[in-house]
Amino acid sequence: MSEYILDVTDVDKNFGGLRALSDINLRVKEGTVHAIIGPNGAGKSTLLNVIVGRLAPNRGRVLLGDEVLTGKQPHEINQLGVARVFQTPEIFPDLSLLQNVMIPAFAKRDGEFKMGFLKSLFAENEIREQAEHLLEDVGLIDHQDQIASSMSRGDKRRLELAMCLGQHPKLFLLDEPTAGMSRHDTNRTIELLQRIKERGMTKVIIEHDMHVVFSLADRISVLAQGAIIAEGTPEEVRNDPRVKEAYLGGEAV
Amino acid sequence: MTNTKIVSPKQDILYMVILSAVVLTMPIWLQPFGAAYPDLMQKFMIFGIFAIGYNILFGLTGYLSFGHAAFLGVGSYTAVWSFKLLSMNVIPALIFGTVLSGLFALAIGFVSLRRSGIYFSILTLAFAQMSYNLAYSVLTPITNGETGLQLTQGDARILDRAAGIQADASLPTPNLFGIEGIGYSGFYICAALMLISFFIYLRIFRSPFGLKLRAIKSNQSRMGYTGYNTRPYLMTAFVISGMYAGLAGSLLAVTDPLAGAERMQWTASGEIVLITILGGVGTLIGPLLGAGIIKYFENILSAFNDTVLVNAFSFLPDWLANGVASVLGLFVGDGWHLTLGLVFMLIVIFLPGGIMEGINRLWRLVSNRSSSSAEDKEKEQPSTKEA
Repeated sequence: MSEYILDVTDVDKNFGGLRALSDINLRVKEGTVHAIIGPNGAGKSTLLNVIVGRLAPNRGRVLLGDEVLTGKQPHEINQLGVARVFQTPEIFPDLSLLQNVMIPAFAKRDGEFKMGFLKSLFAENEIREQAEHLLEDVGLIDHQDQIASSMSRGDKRRLELAMCLGQHPKLFLLDEPTAGMSRHDTNRTIELLQRIKERGMTKVIIEHDMHVVFSLADRISVLAQGAIIAEGTPEEVRNDPRVKEAYLGGEAV
Repeated sequence: MTNTKIVSPKQDILYMVILSAVVLTMPIWLQPFGAAYPDLMQKFMIFGIFAIGYNILFGLTGYLSFGHAAFLGVGSYTAVWSFKLLSMNVIPALIFGTVLSGLFALAIGFVSLRRSGIYFSILTLAFAQMSYNLAYSVLTPITNGETGLQLTQGDARILDRAAGIQADASLPTPNLFGIEGIGYSGFYICAALMLISFFIYLRIFRSPFGLKLRAIKSNQSRMGYTGYNTRPYLMTAFVISGMYAGLAGSLLAVTDPLAGAERMQWTASGEIVLITILGGVGTLIGPLLGAGIIKYFENILSAFNDTVLVNAFSFLPDWLANGVASVLGLFVGDGWHLTLGLVFMLIVIFLPGGIMEGINRLWRLVSNRSSSSAEDKEKEQPSTKEA
């Protein structure tokens, strides 16, 4: 097994005439936090979509450890250990918070399909305790019976985080996990993400908030117009003149 | 309206006991409504089975099938063939009817479930209409075309003859080891099957499988990114609901051993959609209520005719009585569908959650009034209780 948990090689993605990603190479070491930054429309979300199987790349290959992800269905990729939070929270709005968190836990335990329709949900103590624990982790345990659509946007994000964490993914993709959150909520989320970091979960994080990026990331890749223009430690990236020009408009960070 | 509480099996047993008591005492408490005759009560049970089965698909996964009558028809034809070839006993008829409908659902689901939303509905509608037209034309040797499939004196009935049961002068009737499939005994056969079906349905609702189906309805793409292959889940739900429809169809043949193609027409598919929405999509008991109410009013309203109406208004001057009777006449008798349409429109506009939403609202109104103001704050949070 290679030392990289995620290995993206020579990925191109075109939408009609638009080159959304060109020649992307990205390697993420196990247990690290890798941030992808870049201006709007740089192709950050497209890259995540290629990794989770929502989009098929026109060229190139994505590996998770030794497994090829390219060409697989989203559910297969998830079962291999890739979880993702979306830019706009993707939850189950008609279910309670507890049920929202139980669903991914079942997927982790039972795989992509399990019949068992005569078993009672009530008897699934283990899954339920696990779900309650996760809700406690993200501070939503007091609302566990509330319906998810009634929560605030920030709470929905934290719920989605809990849903993904319950799967103990090998690779956790976060698409702007703090967008639209208050400063207080952002800090809580950073704190939560730092705690997971200690558990050794590999994360790829897209973020606009530099405060979040510099407090979490081990390495940073800068994406502009579909290409990676710089990569390195936060310190290196901060001082890279190309980054300043492309992304920060020449201003100092 | 969704049930977000995890219900204990004990509560469910209580639920079943209450439901059984209500259903089994129907011949008593339906008397004042003029609905306590076995024929109509059997219809309540049969369409109840059809509706709860449909609710497993539509209520839990949100996939709106517009062709479920095809499974009802397959169930009926199979049951009548089982009466003709094997035995007048209802057990083989019900088993074959249910299983064959299940297989039929497997085939239709395999194709239809490749699409979702309106395309899925159209595909199921197309399949059902195809089945209907085939039953009328090419499949006449199996379905007996327009006349409908009937029993005759000369049917094989292999098992019956082997057991030494001979048909006497009249046509034999479906029975359960001698217990007749019509009349009160027939009602209790249907009621028992409905309760068994309901129990299984309840278990599905309360299972992790049921929760996953509701999650598919809530956000299907999220299910994919969460590691679920949704197709087999949908397929299972589709086949189960097809089997429920098949069971209902075979029971229709038990109460009246004659199967016609009109049972598969799209109006019949539409009726079950209507029943489910009227009762409350995705609620446990709603579809049963919907089935009961629609079948009841169909029976009562369609029995009215102009003479009855004129008699009812005979206290008015002649010219007025005739006028009122002819206007109301549009809404009853053959025109009862007009009334149904109006009621349906009112329900969908004012109570999108169906009758169950109405009941829940009333319940909240009553419990709010009786509770102290201290608890009011709690109530402000969206209620997640389901009746």
